[in-house]
Amino acid sequence: MDWNDLLTGSLQQALGPTAAVYCLAAIGLNIHFGYTGLLNFGQAGFMMIAGYAMVTMSTIWGLSLWLGVLLGIVLTIVFALLLGVPTLRLRADYLAIVTIAAAEIIRQVISAAKFSEDLGGQDGLTGFIGPFREVNPFSEPVGIEGVVMWSANDFWVMVIGWGLVAAACLITWLLMRSPWGRVLKSIREDEDAVRSLGKNVYAYKMQSLIIGGMFGALAGLVVTLRSATVGPSFFATDVTFFAYTVLLIGGAARVLGPVAGAVIFYFLITVLDLFFGQATSGANPIIPASIMNDTQASLMRLIFMGLGLMLLMIFRPQGLFGDRRELAIDAR
Amino acid sequence: MPDEQQERPDSSDEWAVAQPVSTTTAGPAGPAGPAFSVDVAASKRALADVDHTPGVAKPDPILKADNVVRTFGGLTAVDVDHLEVQRGVITALIGPNGAGKTTLFNLLTGFDRPDSGDWSFNGRSLNRAPAYKVARMGMVRTFQLTKVLSKLTVIENMRVGATGQRGESLLAALFAPLWRSQETDNTERADGLLARFLLDKKREDFAGSLSGGQRKLLEMARSLMTEPELVMLDEPMAGVNPALKQSLLGHVKSLREEGRTVLFVEHDMDMVRDISDWVVVMAQGRIVAEGPPDAVMADPAVIDAYLGAHHDTELTFEAEEQILAEAEAEIEQEAHSNE
Ligand SMILES: Nc1ncnc2c1ncn2[C@@H]1O[C@H](COP(=O)(O)OP(=O)(O)O)[C@@H](O)[C@H]1O
Ligand SMILES: [Mg+2]
Repeated sequence: MDWNDLLTGSLQQALGPTAAVYCLAAIGLNIHFGYTGLLNFGQAGFMMIAGYAMVTMSTIWGLSLWLGVLLGIVLTIVFALLLGVPTLRLRADYLAIVTIAAAEIIRQVISAAKFSEDLGGQDGLTGFIGPFREVNPFSEPVGIEGVVMWSANDFWVMVIGWGLVAAACLITWLLMRSPWGRVLKSIREDEDAVRSLGKNVYAYKMQSLIIGGMFGALAGLVVTLRSATVGPSFFATDVTFFAYTVLLIGGAARVLGPVAGAVIFYFLITVLDLFFGQATSGANPIIPASIMNDTQASLMRLIFMGLGLMLLMIFRPQGLFGDRRELAIDAR
Repeated sequence: MPDEQQERPDSSDEWAVAQPVSTTTAGPAGPAGPAFSVDVAASKRALADVDHTPGVAKPDPILKADNVVRTFGGLTAVDVDHLEVQRGVITALIGPNGAGKTTLFNLLTGFDRPDSGDWSFNGRSLNRAPAYKVARMGMVRTFQLTKVLSKLTVIENMRVGATGQRGESLLAALFAPLWRSQETDNTERADGLLARFLLDKKREDFAGSLSGGQRKLLEMARSLMTEPELVMLDEPMAGVNPALKQSLLGHVKSLREEGRTVLFVEHDMDMVRDISDWVVVMAQGRIVAEGPPDAVMADPAVIDAYLGAHHDTELTFEAEEQILAEAEAEIEQEAHSNE
């Protein structure tokens, strides 16, 4: 077992571009779920709309990527309105059902063979990344020799991704210390009480859905730039649930919860992956093939992650960085 | 009906004094001072001339409702022909469990939609107004099942109550200098109310850690942050220990001294008699009696409909059950006769 490899490989992932993507998605969910109590199970849908909007702007219409970013943001706002208008006056579970369904419908439609000429079907679209890489200020791999090393392209995406994370955290912090954020938190606690105090709860929920969805859109843009391709498989339902896992690990309703959550999540899941990978590979594996072969080993990380999430919810439901005092109230 | 408690007005012209334009305030002002210029004594005196009949017109109504009907399936929960609430006094709404008091509160404050009916506050129609608009107009309610914001501190609960906050708009929220001074003012007002409601020691505690009685106090204090003209309290005393009850009573009275109008639902007859100027009795969704407390409690119709042999005592669980069963039987009968 190469422990050094295990550690550096995990660090590489924990700070890498994908962690930044999940972090952004989780920051959006934090606005929705952590602060407002809205259950959005379709964050992958918001990501997908933005990613495809950016790419198709250049592949179909030959326009600039940056215009595509703008279109992506506008479309996610439209998406949020479409989801919110019929559901936000109803009980919380309606939004959950509608978002999960809408995200999957969009994914099925985009990947449909009928539209494959324009949208690439199951294979997705490529050939848009040029303008993004042209402005990449890095030409050499970046990292610490012998510890972590990222390619110039990856590092460029990381700079953008974590930069957006920093901006999103700043915005979240500014909003949540304000009276506006206080109304959101109050809605999470009891929306009728907030109504009785003269606040238009529906409008606040809509604003929350839009802002959290826009953070999701940023995640969709970054994941598309990282892969230099966009495809339906990036935006399956489990993406949303990984983002929720990230949020719950860090602790909901904490500004930096998603950041800590993303880093820890990616570190742990890579450690598990590398560990079981190494333990089942080679001529004389630590875990004999009769118990577990390497295909089975690749599933172990998800099993352990699920187990870990369960234990977290049982012993520390407020997340690793949540407030203990808040928990005492739930017990009442 | 004899009524020693209330003075007769010298002439019916006294009604004019009860109009909100009057600036004199009778009685000691509450700690916060008069918020609305209403002549409490004049309002009370004016009520003395009002007939003791259900749905009677009041000299200076702040709230008026007509033909408000709400049915749940076959059950008519509320069927109020006419109701007026006098400005500047404390009106109690009593009636057995299931009489429709909470439903009527929900309808009047926009938390529920009636099958039909019209109602107005300060002469402005409230039909189909959403709950938040009703609250902004100055008509605020509390809930039978207390609604505090558990994971917010007591002071944050209070701050939410303030209306017209600049920092509650999304764009302004990002720039603290735009709302900070207003926030300071609101906090000062909130601290004043917390001190008055004896919650200042709990200022930084989560509201979820408060006792039942303290939650009632907080809910009432928070509702005052909206500067309401009419305060509607749904069972403010339910589940409150006797020591706190006395102070709650004082708080409700102080609302009247500030010139606010109070409409409250209560089961505790001692409390009703102690603080209310006028009592409205509901049974099976209808208003069955109205009048000053002593007159109403002596009214045979009320004793029949509600108090039964338990006059002067709080309703026991068994009595409530029995009344409910009777009500249900009657409803069933009605349903049959409708077929
Ligand atoms: N949401 C509802 N659905 C069905 N029935 C209801 C609902 N709310 C109230 N009711 C019924 O309406 C009647 C009046 O209830 P309520 O207004 O709570 O009475 P009160 O507050 O006077 O005790 C009761 O019979 C109750 O069961
Ligand atoms: Mg009730």
